[in-house]
Amino acid sequence: MSADNNKHGVSRRDFIKTTGGIAVASAMPMFFVKNAWAEGGFPNDPGKAKSITLGFNVPQTGAYADEGADELRAFKLAVKHLNGEGDGGMLNTFKPSSLKGNGVLGKKVEYVTGDTQTKSDAARSSAKRMIEKDGVLMISGGSSSGVAIAVQSLCNEMGVIFMAGLTHSNDTTGKDRRKYGFRHFFNTEMSGAALAPVLEKEMGNDRVAYHLTADYTWGWSQEGSIKKYTEKLGWKTAEAVRTPLGAGDFSQYITPVLNSGADVLVLNHYGKDMVNSLTQAVQFGLRDKQVNGKDFQIVVPLYSRLMAQGAGENVKGIYGSTNWNWSLQDEGSQAFVKSFGQEYGFPPSQAAHTCYVQTLLYANACEVAGTFNPCGVIEALEGFKFDGLGNGPTEYRAEDHQCFKDVLVVRGNMNPTSQFDLLEVVQITPRAQVEYPADMLGGELGPCKA
Amino acid sequence: MSMATPKQDMVTMALFTAAVLSAPLWLSPIGANYPDLLQKFAIYGIFAIGFNILFGLTGYLSFGHAAFLGVGSYTAVWSFKLLSMNVIPAVIFGTLLAGLFALAIGYLSLRRSGIYFSILTLAFAQMCYNLAYSVLTPITNGETGLQLDIGDPHVLDSLFGIEYTGLPSTSLFGLQMTGYSGFYFCAVILILAFFLSLRIFRSAFGMKLRAIKSNQTRMMYTGFNTRPYLLTAFVISGMYAGLAGSLLAVTDPLAGAERMQWTASGEVVLMTILGGAGTLIGPLLGVGLIKYFENIFSALNEQTLHEVFAFLPDWIENLTVAIVNPFVGEGWHLMLGVLFMVIVIFLPGGVMEGIRRIADLPRKFRRKAEKRRQEAEHAAALRAAEEEG
Repeated sequence: MSADNNKHGVSRRDFIKTTGGIAVASAMPMFFVKNAWAEGGFPNDPGKAKSITLGFNVPQTGAYADEGADELRAFKLAVKHLNGEGDGGMLNTFKPSSLKGNGVLGKKVEYVTGDTQTKSDAARSSAKRMIEKDGVLMISGGSSSGVAIAVQSLCNEMGVIFMAGLTHSNDTTGKDRRKYGFRHFFNTEMSGAALAPVLEKEMGNDRVAYHLTADYTWGWSQEGSIKKYTEKLGWKTAEAVRTPLGAGDFSQYITPVLNSGADVLVLNHYGKDMVNSLTQAVQFGLRDKQVNGKDFQIVVPLYSRLMAQGAGENVKGIYGSTNWNWSLQDEGSQAFVKSFGQEYGFPPSQAAHTCYVQTLLYANACEVAGTFNPCGVIEALEGFKFDGLGNGPTEYRAEDHQCFKDVLVVRGNMNPTSQFDLLEVVQITPRAQVEYPADMLGGELGPCKA
Repeated sequence: MSMATPKQDMVTMALFTAAVLSAPLWLSPIGANYPDLLQKFAIYGIFAIGFNILFGLTGYLSFGHAAFLGVGSYTAVWSFKLLSMNVIPAVIFGTLLAGLFALAIGYLSLRRSGIYFSILTLAFAQMCYNLAYSVLTPITNGETGLQLDIGDPHVLDSLFGIEYTGLPSTSLFGLQMTGYSGFYFCAVILILAFFLSLRIFRSAFGMKLRAIKSNQTRMMYTGFNTRPYLLTAFVISGMYAGLAGSLLAVTDPLAGAERMQWTASGEVVLMTILGGAGTLIGPLLGVGLIKYFENIFSALNEQTLHEVFAFLPDWIENLTVAIVNPFVGEGWHLMLGVLFMVIVIFLPGGVMEGIRRIADLPRKFRRKAEKRRQEAEHAAALRAAEEEG
C-alpha cells in the first residue's frame, strides 16, 4: 500500500476520515448537553417534580467523624419532621413558622449524603456531585470551618444555598462571608466575649495563658478572639503554638507548657484532637500543678458534649462555651431532645442541634418566599427573627448572614448523674453582650446571581 | 513487543478522541456523566499518562508525584489571583513550575534506583506536603487551602479593563470553565497529552527508556549514559502532573495541601498498575475505575441499596444489602482493595491484560479448531492409506 511508504503513514483518505471523525465527535456534545440553568432561571429548579433533594455533606471519617455522624442523625430527623412523619419535634415550637409538615411547598423532601473527610478538596468534590448529579437545592453540614468556607464559596459560585453546620471560625461569616451562605452556629468572637467575664470571676486578672491551637482558620480565629478578650482582662499570653489538625499525639506540645511560666492552658482544639490533647494534658499532671502560686487551669473555649464524653473524667471542672446543650429547659430544646432520644436512644449534641435547626430554617424560608429560587430564599432568611428553636429569640443578621442569640458558658460537670450529663450551664450570656458591628470582621457578601 | 504501525496509531488516536469527546454520552447509563466526575476522569487521566511515561517505560517507581500535582495547583491559583482569571497563563505556569520542581527532585533522586529511588521521591513529596501544610502558610494558606478573594489584584485583567463584581470564575477568553465547558477544555488537553505520550512511546527516546527498564547495567557497559534520559523522562512526567494539578485548579479554583499527601501519590501508582503499567490506554482505565469507585460507590448508602435490590424477595434483598453494605459508602476502599488484589493476583498486567486475553480468545479457539480439523484430516488420510494398503 502506498501509505506504508509515506513517512508519517497518513494518506489523504486517512486524514479526511480522521478529521471527519473528530469533527462529528466534537459536535456531538452540543446536541446532548443540557444546560442546568435552562429551566426556571436558577440551578436545579425542581419545576413540577413531586420531590426536592437536599444535600447533607458531613465528615464521616477523620478527626470530626463523631460530630458528622450526629449531624447526619439530626438531618434525617429534620427531613422526617418536614415530611410530617414522627412527632414533629421543633416544628411544633418554632415560631413564626410557615411549615405545615407536608414537605416544602407541597413537595416531599429527599436527601443525599456525602463524606467531607474534613478535607476541603474532598468536601468540594462531594458537594459538586450533589449539585451536578443529584440536583440538590441546598447543601448543609460540615464540622470544620476550613471545609465550611471552601464549600460555602463553591455553593456561592454555583448558585446553591449553603446552610453551614458546625463552623465556629469568625471568617465563615466574617472575611469569607458569601451571599449564598448562612450560619446559625456562634463564632469565636462570641465565645471570647461570653467566656471572658466567667474566666475573670473564676481565675482572676493576672493569669498567664499558653495556647495550643489547631493550625487552620478556626484555630487561628479562636486563638485571636480568646487572646483579645483575656488580654483585655489583664492576662498575659506566654506563647501560642500551632498544632497540625488530627495530630493524634500532643505530648511534644504539652511538655514545654510546664516550663513556660504559664498557669492557664487554652486548648483551641475540637473533636478527637481536643479529646487527645486534654487527656494528655491531664495525664501529664498539669491540673495538679501550682504555678505562680495559683492552681493550674485548662480552658477549652469550644465545648461539645461529644468531646466531653470522649475525654471522660478529664473534663470535670473545665470551662468553655457552647452553642446549645441538651439539658436546656426551654420548650424547643425539650421537644428536640425528646424526639431525637426516641429515634436514637441518646440526647443530641450541639452539632446535631445546629444542623436540625438550619434545615428547618431553610425549609421555612422557602415557604415564606413561596419559591425555591435562592434569591427569594436569601431574602426570606435575611433579617429573619424567630424563637422556639432552643436558643431563645434569635435573629439572622442581614449584613453578614450570622445568627445572633444567647451564648452558653459551660463547665465539665463535677457530679454527672448520667453518662450524658457531662456539661453544666454556668451562665447564659445575653445576646447584647456578644453582639458586634457587622463590618468589624470585614468581608463582602457579593450579589445574588439569579 | 510488536510495534504498531503509524496507521494503527492514527486509528487509535481517532478512536480515543471520539471516545473522550463523547464520554458524557456513553457514561450516562452508569451515572457517571456529570461534569465534576468527567473533569476528574480527564484530569487524573493526564496525571496517570504522565506517570506512566516514567514508571511504564523506565520502571522507575516514583512515590512522590503528588508533589508536582500540588505545585501545579498552587501555581495556577496564584496565577488566577495575581495575573488573570484566564486559564492559559495558569496552565502554562503550573506546568513549568512543576517541571522545575521535577528537575530538582529528579536530579537528586535519580542518583539511586529501585526501592531507594522510590523512598527518596516519597521523602521529597512528604517534605513538600509539610511545607505546604504548615511552614509556607503565607503562600499556601495551610489547612484551609488557597482560595480566590474578592480583593485579588488580577493585574493582567485590569490591564485589559476587565473588572469583577463579587468572586470571579475561571474562564477561557470569556468561556466559563465550570461544568461541561470545563470538561471539554480538560478533554482537549487530555487528547493532546495522550498524543504526545503516544509519540514518546514510539520514538527512539521511548525505546531508550524501555532499554533502561530491561537492562540498565548493560546499557551503561556499552558506554551509554542513561542519566540524562531518565531525568528527561522524570521531568516530562512531572510536567504532566503539574498540568493535571493546574487543571484541577482551573475547574475548581482552590488548592489544598492534602493534594500533595503521600496517599495522593499512592493513588496514581494504584491507577497505573490497576489499568496496566507500560500500556498506553491502561492508566486511563485505572483512573476511570478508581475515580468511579470513589465518587459513585462512596455515595451509596443502605437506603439506596434497598432501592437497587427492591426487585428481589424481601429476605434475599435484606441479605444482599447486608453483604454489599460494608463495601460501599465509607467502605468503598474495601471494595477497591479487593478489586486491586484480584487484578494483581490474576492479571498482573492490569485490566489491559484482561482485555488482551479476551481479545485473544477467538483466535485461540480458531487455532484449536484448526488443529482439531488437521488432526481429523490426518487421521482420515491415515485410514485411507491403510485401507488402500
